[in-house]
Amino acid sequence: MIKVEKLTKRFGGFTAVDGIDFEVNKGEIVGFLGPNGAGKSTTMRMLSGFLPPTSGRAQVANFDVFKDSLRAREHIGYMPENVPLYTDMRVNEFLRYRAALKGVPSRRLKERVGDVLELCALKDVEKKLIGQLSKGYRQRVGLADAMSHEPDLLILDEPTIGLDPNQIRLVRELIRNLRRHHTILLSTHILPEVEMLCSRVIIINRGRIEALDTPQNLRAHLGQVRHILFDAIVPDARIAAAALRLLESVQSVSHRADGEWTIFTIQAAPDHDPRESLYRHAVENKWRVREISRPPVSLEQVFAEVTSGEEA
Amino acid sequence: MRRFFILLSREISSAFHQPLAYVVLFFFLIVTGFNFQAGITLLNTGPGTVTMVQAFFNTVYFWFPFVLIFPLITMRVFAEEAKLGTIETLMTAPVRDTQVVLAKYGGCLFFYIILWAPSLLYFLAFQKITGVNAAGAVGSYTGAYAMLILMGLLFTAIGCLASALTDNQIIAAVISFAAILGFFFLGLLSFLLPSTGTLLRELTYYFSPVEHMMDFSQGLFDTRPIVFYVSSTLLVLFATFHIFQYRRWKS
Repeated sequence: MIKVEKLTKRFGGFTAVDGIDFEVNKGEIVGFLGPNGAGKSTTMRMLSGFLPPTSGRAQVANFDVFKDSLRAREHIGYMPENVPLYTDMRVNEFLRYRAALKGVPSRRLKERVGDVLELCALKDVEKKLIGQLSKGYRQRVGLADAMSHEPDLLILDEPTIGLDPNQIRLVRELIRNLRRHHTILLSTHILPEVEMLCSRVIIINRGRIEALDTPQNLRAHLGQVRHILFDAIVPDARIAAAALRLLESVQSVSHRADGEWTIFTIQAAPDHDPRESLYRHAVENKWRVREISRPPVSLEQVFAEVTSGEEA
Repeated sequence: MRRFFILLSREISSAFHQPLAYVVLFFFLIVTGFNFQAGITLLNTGPGTVTMVQAFFNTVYFWFPFVLIFPLITMRVFAEEAKLGTIETLMTAPVRDTQVVLAKYGGCLFFYIILWAPSLLYFLAFQKITGVNAAGAVGSYTGAYAMLILMGLLFTAIGCLASALTDNQIIAAVISFAAILGFFFLGLLSFLLPSTGTLLRELTYYFSPVEHMMDFSQGLFDTRPIVFYVSSTLLVLFATFHIFQYRRWKS
């Protein structure tokens, strides 16, 4: 559905997007992750045909986004960041105008507008001026607009930003329901959102793709260096920590006190799990143990690791 | 073509969706009404050489609102979309840049024509009530209104260009106001300079709206101003199109 080759965008001396390559297949929901200014929006703008790239190519539905822009755009529903809308129009009027502009034939306009109003739960505000709507409604109007011409691909730039938790849930559910009919590329800051929605994740930083995989694989792959939590009562925390450091495959140990308990954070070597030897060590020393666990690596940690080069 | 008309109708309706439109329409009616009344007063002072149409289209009361009106009509068109960011959704719909520019221009022109339409009623009423022919000849009407539209073509285009330059409406208005006023005063030079001979006077005559209107409202059709207005309109629209593209590509 999307095919991007060596896509680059420079603004003067600043390289916003630096030769990225990726592909998105039909029916996928792909999450675009990255810190602010990483090049997410710029990439999305290029894909939607709004910005021409400095170099490189991008195809949507087998049409070149730049050389065959009009036809590519017919297959794209794009919702920009902050959802700009005409505030002087009524919701149904706006959707009708947008659908017509994007090539929905006149005889199907009414049905199509009715459909998206229903799908985005906008029926109760269809006669209201967009300028009077709350942020959550506007977001949904933007989404309704993006899919009004039944595009194959939806490009959504931070669809849940600035919404309250209830509205976020609504929009998220909406997106999840859309996956049956559309391929979706969305960008977000909210990591749980990616885990909930996306089949693949692209992590982008300083204009380059740092990682591209399923959320599960990313976690497994990047979570090789893992932390183990070991919570016990020991006679002397510093001596105990030194002893633990000597165990096989333990790389480093830090500890802090929690009342009479000491919580050790142990960093293990990649692909090793020292929990069993930890347990044996505790038994040998007759330590009272409250917890030995390996907390799952969240995408948040992966994200932080990938985008800042240091661990969370 | 369908897309162009969709865009055009959106532009026209958005022109009337803003309160400014009605303020402009209201004050414009007042000023042109006053201008008309001043014309009648002039005719009442005794036998003269001018017709009602000439008296209406060649006074300061005509030119004053005329020059003021374009920045108000056009300042919004590109600047507002750039400011709101709706330009992004607009330009990611399958529409051509030329379609967008022409639709916006067309919308402004439509509003401009609507502004002037009531003035036709003035002359109609004048003729009905006084029984005096307002124009002398039909050519005087067609000339005056043709010139009105010709000048409208160019000045609306200048306004659109100014609006495409910035995303601040006020700045757009100031730029177009300055450009139109500068152009207008340059044309006035042909009145101030000694009447014969000088090259500058000859030259300024070619782009003097006041001179053009004087000729045309007498029913004196001259192809030179027509060519001038049409060709410079095309030039300005061409520039608008490129600035519009350039600013987007840079953003």
